Amino acid sequence: MKILKKDILIDTASTRIVRLELDSPVIAKKARPGQFIVLMICEEGERIPLTVVDSDPAEGRITIIFQELGMTTKLLGKMKAGDSLYSLAGPLGHATEIKKYGAVMIVGGGVGIAEILPVARAMKAAGNRVVTVLGARSKSLLILEKELKNNSDELLVATDDGSYGKKGFTTDIVRDLLQKSKYDFIYSVGPIPMMKRVAAVTRESGAKTISSLNALMVDATGMCGCCRVTVDGRVRFSCVDGPEFDAHLVDWEELEKRNRIYVDKEAHICKLNNV
Amino acid sequence: MAKEPVRVKEAAANERNKDFREVVLGYSENEALAEAARCIQCKNPTCIEGCPVGIDIKKFIKQLAEKNYRGAYFTIRETNDFPSICGRVCPAEYQCRKTCVFTMKDEPFASKIAINIHFLERFIGDYGMKNDLEIPVAKDTRMSKHKVAVVGSGPAGLACAGELARAGIGVDMFETLHKPGGVLRYGIPPFRLPRDILDIEIDYLKKLGVRAAMNFIIGRAKTIDELFADGYSAIFLGLGAGVPSFLGVPGETLCNVYSANEFLTRVNLMSAYDFPKHHTPVNIGKSVVVVGGGNTAMDAARVAIRLQKMNGMAADTTIVYRRTEVEMPARRLEIEHAKEEGVKFHILIQPTGFMGDETGFVKKIKCLKCELGEPDSSGRRRPVPVRGSDFESDCDLAVIATGLKANQVLTSVTPELKTDKYSDVIVDKETMETSIRNVFAGGDIVGGEGTVIEAMGMAKKASRAIIKRLSA
Repeated sequence: MKILKKDILIDTASTRIVRLELDSPVIAKKARPGQFIVLMICEEGERIPLTVVDSDPAEGRITIIFQELGMTTKLLGKMKAGDSLYSLAGPLGHATEIKKYGAVMIVGGGVGIAEILPVARAMKAAGNRVVTVLGARSKSLLILEKELKNNSDELLVATDDGSYGKKGFTTDIVRDLLQKSKYDFIYSVGPIPMMKRVAAVTRESGAKTISSLNALMVDATGMCGCCRVTVDGRVRFSCVDGPEFDAHLVDWEELEKRNRIYVDKEAHICKLNNV
Repeated sequence: MAKEPVRVKEAAANERNKDFREVVLGYSENEALAEAARCIQCKNPTCIEGCPVGIDIKKFIKQLAEKNYRGAYFTIRETNDFPSICGRVCPAEYQCRKTCVFTMKDEPFASKIAINIHFLERFIGDYGMKNDLEIPVAKDTRMSKHKVAVVGSGPAGLACAGELARAGIGVDMFETLHKPGGVLRYGIPPFRLPRDILDIEIDYLKKLGVRAAMNFIIGRAKTIDELFADGYSAIFLGLGAGVPSFLGVPGETLCNVYSANEFLTRVNLMSAYDFPKHHTPVNIGKSVVVVGGGNTAMDAARVAIRLQKMNGMAADTTIVYRRTEVEMPARRLEIEHAKEEGVKFHILIQPTGFMGDETGFVKKIKCLKCELGEPDSSGRRRPVPVRGSDFESDCDLAVIATGLKANQVLTSVTPELKTDKYSDVIVDKETMETSIRNVFAGGDIVGGEGTVIEAMGMAKKASRAIIKRLSA
């Protein structure tokens, strides 16, 4: 549970993205791409889920990357190497189905780019042709480009402001790519509006598209149902049935609304604690 | 005819519904003595058969009446390691008090004049706790060479760990959550089971030498096979039934429609009632509807009414139940307490859906009225919806408390562990051994939703079988 290493990947006025390496031999040995952990920073803290971005069984460490958004991620961002978390459990959720699909497109937006890294790496290792598409608001907010380039046959970037790569959204690039050639598997993680748009674009091509959902969770082991999401008309729990689902079948509007259940309280507690 | 029972002191209803302090205050020494004196010490006591762990009730009440509190404590402890917990949460009116000689045979619950065995147990348990009474651990080298893994730290896991440790076996207890106690911590609110009592009872296991690993998910971080490879001679599974059931009606995924487990876990385990000092939030509504008639429904409703009061709202929490009050599976005491605290009861009502606003928050509940029909397989009269009786009412927060199913994190990755159609683990009824040799199970993962003491009873049975196996 000890923080072994801390790197600040992005530190601008609007956005802070932090990478932590955590000491956890048990989780490091078991974690597979697509799985997540749940952690608490202190006894009074919340339990929050975060994707395992990397795991090193030999060294007994795992890597998480997060953007400081709410109370818990902001406090987590203040912790230093040498500090210990109050609680860390995992690995949770189903792992990504890694196999040789053929042509694989991997799409990441914002801090969601961190979540596609382990999948890109594993897909590449499984012998797929991996084309990665990254999206960020601006060049200064783009993370892990080098790491993903090393694990991709082709890497394309879109920025909202055009400061780097193509001006526009990841969906613009995805559409172009789908027009040029056929993809056997598409994986997309990012803000809900991005995942929703990517799903809309890939639906026309018929390519199987998987997204890892960022539903709110409490226990994260199937006991509370906070993370329930409607997929193909059926209610599923993101924590134990997911976190990955067929992006064409997810009720994105519902997920978007459910993720806003506590926005008022989140704003209140952040203001109160001056974070 | 025995004298009137000694009423237990309770915090005033209009005060206690504003916070999470304990409601039932327990007997004083004189009250306990007076109540114990009512016991007629039957020649052939029937109360004991009502206790799932077979506490020698007659003996401990006699010892109590003679002011031999220490003796009474050890009498209870022979068969129950957690008297302060059980004395608070046991549904005694279905168990020992129902089989008390003062209860007539055809009464559905214990008679009002049945001895208040649970309050006497609590008095003795708390006495032992205050006076640090400890059970000696057996020094048996044949046993101490063994270690057993206990998976889950709820009622079953705690009871099994205690029994095994007392026999001198090394015990490692694994818990997925960050604190031990299972349903005692995430399910039962502090006003029924104060956290210091729970902590002290669990700490007692540490004194017995039980090692507890929190945040350790068996099935994920380690498999059953890996536990055996680590040198455990046997494994006990007290996995619990923690998976919430939903109604399956339209609108159930609207914001502020909670499972009882989520609502209670936020409040009990994560202390959301103390937000923002504790960081986990929980919402509260002006018109709260709790669906269900069990203890979980009562707990959720009583939590909701407290949150309303604490947030400066008028109390407006309604329990909606398909049958009538007599069919409610909840403890009678919880039903009474809920009513006293201001919870409204709408019986013979079946929810058919929820409606929300454009932001996705629930605003209305749709219901049908019911009549009682013929008894169903549970022996309770079946609720039959009345055609055309549809109605809507205000509901800006709903809690679904209609049952729980087996936890499947471990069983889903252990195909050789045989389960039934409810995903409950199948065991040998005599030994509680599962389809995997040297893997035993007990509690709700075996029997479906039961009581704390029933889970403990199964765990004790399993511990006896484990001890026997390891002595062979």
